[in-house]
Amino acid sequence: MLQIKNLHASVEDKAILNGINLEVNAGEIHAIMGPNGAGKSTLASVIAGKDEYEMTKGEILLDHEDITELDPEERAHKGIFMSFQYPISIPGVSTTNFIKTAINETRKSRGEADMPASEMLKLIKEKAELLDIDRKFLSRSLNEGFSGGEKKRNEIFQMAMLEPKIAILDETDSGLDIDALKVVANGVNKLKNKDNAVVVITHYQRLLDYIVPDFVHVLMDGKIVKSGTKELAYKLEEKGYDWIKEELV
Amino acid sequence: MDLKDKLLTSHIAFEDHLKADSPLHDLRSNALKVFEEKGFPSKKEENWKYTSLNSVLKEDYSFSPKGESVIEFKDVKKYFLHNVDTYKIVFIDGVYSSFLSETTHDNIDVCLLSSALDKSKYKPVIEAYFNKAAKKDGLTQLNTAFTKEGAFIHIPKNKEADKPIEIIYFSTGNEAAMFLQPRNLVVADENAHVQIIERHQSLSSNAVLTNAVTEIFADKRAMVDYYKIQNDVLSASLVDSTYVEQQRDSICSVHTFSFGGQITRNNLQFKQLGEHCDSILNGITIIGDKQHVDHNTLVHHIAENCESHQDYKGIFDDSSTGVFNGKVYVEKEAQKLDAFQQNNNILISDKATINAKPQLEIFADDVKCSHGCTIGQMDSEALFYMRSRGIGEKEAKALLMYAFANNVLESVKIPELKSRINKLIANKIGVSLGFEL
Ligand SMILES: Nc1ncnc2c1ncn2[C@@H]1O[C@H](COP(=O)(O)OP(=O)(O)O)[C@@H](O)[C@H]1O
Ligand SMILES: [Mg+2]
Repeated sequence: MLQIKNLHASVEDKAILNGINLEVNAGEIHAIMGPNGAGKSTLASVIAGKDEYEMTKGEILLDHEDITELDPEERAHKGIFMSFQYPISIPGVSTTNFIKTAINETRKSRGEADMPASEMLKLIKEKAELLDIDRKFLSRSLNEGFSGGEKKRNEIFQMAMLEPKIAILDETDSGLDIDALKVVANGVNKLKNKDNAVVVITHYQRLLDYIVPDFVHVLMDGKIVKSGTKELAYKLEEKGYDWIKEELV
Repeated sequence: MDLKDKLLTSHIAFEDHLKADSPLHDLRSNALKVFEEKGFPSKKEENWKYTSLNSVLKEDYSFSPKGESVIEFKDVKKYFLHNVDTYKIVFIDGVYSSFLSETTHDNIDVCLLSSALDKSKYKPVIEAYFNKAAKKDGLTQLNTAFTKEGAFIHIPKNKEADKPIEIIYFSTGNEAAMFLQPRNLVVADENAHVQIIERHQSLSSNAVLTNAVTEIFADKRAMVDYYKIQNDVLSASLVDSTYVEQQRDSICSVHTFSFGGQITRNNLQFKQLGEHCDSILNGITIIGDKQHVDHNTLVHHIAENCESHQDYKGIFDDSSTGVFNGKVYVEKEAQKLDAFQQNNNILISDKATINAKPQLEIFADDVKCSHGCTIGQMDSEALFYMRSRGIGEKEAKALLMYAFANNVLESVKIPELKSRINKLIANKIGVSLGFEL
């Protein structure tokens, strides 16, 4: 589904990603772990199309189509979703209005009419229940005054509404207490099926007890230096990242 | 002959048309002297450093329409509020249009200034208030010298205007270029409530220059909400001077929505004469092209335990220019004060500019004053967030601008006006939002 080949990216002439290779197939869950500043968020943002980063080399393919020239919204329309590590707030625009706009813009791009209001309402209700979100919460300004955990839950709510092909969750677990973590993980698992895929970026293996990955990758200094299965996450949790560095030299 | 000389010579003829014993005769002559001495403002004056009227003063204006102009309601319907009943005081080329108006003398007075100036019944109000708050600057006194027509609103003690009042000045362009000087007087007695909406609208592409003066007096516990819709055509310019005087426990707000016009200068001055006054000055400016909007505000705190809140947002596109000059003056008696001032601007284009200058002059020691001013481009992180959710760049920008301006609308108390302004904003930005406002 998603293929990343020899991806190099830099910002203001500073190289951040130094040749990333990653293949994610439909039905899979991948985890990307790595120390702070390794380039995890940068990778997610480059996939989502943030133009602040310059792709200096490589390819990003979605269903065998090169998407590197596409705008962020075009990538979203094709089914890429990124849950932000730091979601922004938009005072004056409610979550409901925001997600309605997002859904209808996506439909428009496919030549479809706006989603009928009744259908939209039903969908909102269903997904809010799935993620244990109070509907009143959704009429508040998007992320304004939300706690870290509420913001993350709101991100997953939006993901549930948009039903992307591939979702990249950037540190969605940070800011969540254990109960909220379970709710969010449960939501992600319910949405997961054989036709979509999830990439979980995290610091801690804690989340991976609930969203169980098929593959775990270690990202360091802008490169995937090691890949393995879930056991790798346990080892990282126990031993940290130093042993990998030592292995490399 | 330049405009100043033309005005000075025309004054004799102007006064000839009025009753010889007009109580305002002396006032007018004195005002004319002030104008004669001070003239039009120039960029040399600190307060006019960033706004030049030179380009609009060059026109060959006519001061009063030669014939009577008629306009049909259906042609101007869109400039009125819909879905809400209002009183209306409407002028066409400075002349009252009874046909388009709906005035009242039932409990409250919503009528013409000319009739208030004429009738002995109103003499006490006129004598107590007319030209009492107006500043003695050249433009304001020019207006006083030529005061003839405008809106007169008097809400007596404990009365509440049962519906909002719309004051609309149309200009038809039947004259090549028109110089208009409307004058409004609003008096809210003790515990009186009123909501007013004012707009100036040119219906042609001929030049129009309006030098408007409004005086607002709020007695004890009175509440006055004043909304200015400035969405005129590009050939129209406006100098709008509004003076508000508040007595104790009164709450006054002035919202200024500046979306149109060529040059717009707003002089807005509040004076708090009693304790526990609250003054609210809010503005949204969204302009492009070569438009220019200048907000010059002054809140003069004289009494204790008062508050003032200023919140101005500006969005500037193309080669447009903005000025925000906000002054808060706190006398040493004005203790326990809470004065807040905020001015945030977004420059959409590289060629747009904003000059922002907050000024605080504080002579009291026990006060809370805060001010903030930002000038920024569109938040690229927020833009990326929205686009990554599938919202196109144009729509995302609109949503961001809408969000940026939105909190100023929170304090608009007339729902129909609020949704109207919302739509004007969406329209101005040039996109339809993906949801009903
Ligand atoms: N916009 C940017 N400008 C400058 N440096 C950046 C920018 N974005 C990321 N970086 C740098 O790139 C490196 C990787 O950052 P990031 O992708 O956020 O790491 P991670 O998510 O793995 O913690 C860091 O050194 C960070 O400072
Ligand atoms: Mg990160």
